[in-house]
Amino acid sequence: MSEDKDKGGFYDTGWRPGGDVHRDEDGRPHDHPGVQEDVGLGARASRTLAMHELLVEKGIIGESEVDEAIEAVSKRVPSNGATLVAKAWSDPEFRTRLLEHPKETVVESGFVPEHNADIIVLENTAEVQHMVVCTLCSCYPTQLLGPPPDWYKSFSYRSRAVTEPRAVMSEFGLELGEETEVRVVDSNSELRFLVIPRRPEGTEGWSEEQLTTLVNRNSMIGVAAATEPGTE
Amino acid sequence: MTPPNHHRTPWYIKGRHGVVLEFIGNYVNSETRAHGDSGMPELPMYRVEFEQTHLWSDYAESPADKLWIDLYEHWLERAE
Repeated sequence: MSEDKDKGGFYDTGWRPGGDVHRDEDGRPHDHPGVQEDVGLGARASRTLAMHELLVEKGIIGESEVDEAIEAVSKRVPSNGATLVAKAWSDPEFRTRLLEHPKETVVESGFVPEHNADIIVLENTAEVQHMVVCTLCSCYPTQLLGPPPDWYKSFSYRSRAVTEPRAVMSEFGLELGEETEVRVVDSNSELRFLVIPRRPEGTEGWSEEQLTTLVNRNSMIGVAAATEPGTE
Repeated sequence: MTPPNHHRTPWYIKGRHGVVLEFIGNYVNSETRAHGDSGMPELPMYRVEFEQTHLWSDYAESPADKLWIDLYEHWLERAE
């Protein structure tokens, strides 16, 4: 049996799988990230793997192209946006540059927006609270905030954000008085918006790294406030 | 009847009055690109501000609230 042939060899992981494991022509088990060795492949997974192998075989995609794309996607996380916000809170010069030359500053910081979309940065103050929505689809600054949450893409959010923004915000725990203008920003396919939430009180002297822990994903969309110190 | 085209101006904005805040740049025409076209030439886009109480007759929140949206030039018409 091929498994015995592999024992102690390069492909021997020391784990003996049961069930149907995907093997190549030499009988060596393939390592497919995300596939449980001992569960075997369902119809969809088999089809996906076969498609992948065929595309690589025909030279339509490179062997590591999919892995590289997965890795690129895994780098799109909310801490990217949080880093920019914490820096803007700490460094007035950076804040100005981020607001006036957003795309350049974001790219300089190492984050290239998906589809090379333009970036606009909106600052929340005591006078104005920005809240971003894409009523037509679900445009979202994925490079800076990671993949959009399901609620952002829902019909409910996309309609209520424009008709009753304050009600939506209060559901995210944010209550604002009449002295603050709520400005709903309807996004489109060519631009992405990043919101700089208001810096919480009691954070004087905090390092940028400490500040990033307060910048939650929802506050960068504008539906919620930044996290209060002591509650993170 | 509306011809089958991709519109980047939502229905709730069409026919409404707003204030053009600024020209924000030239962008690929995502309306024609949606139908397989190249989306060229790029079209001018403007940021327009609307009063929420004007957009929604039953707006129940603050009269100070606004809405910003970026619109392609061909969707703008000078108000009388």
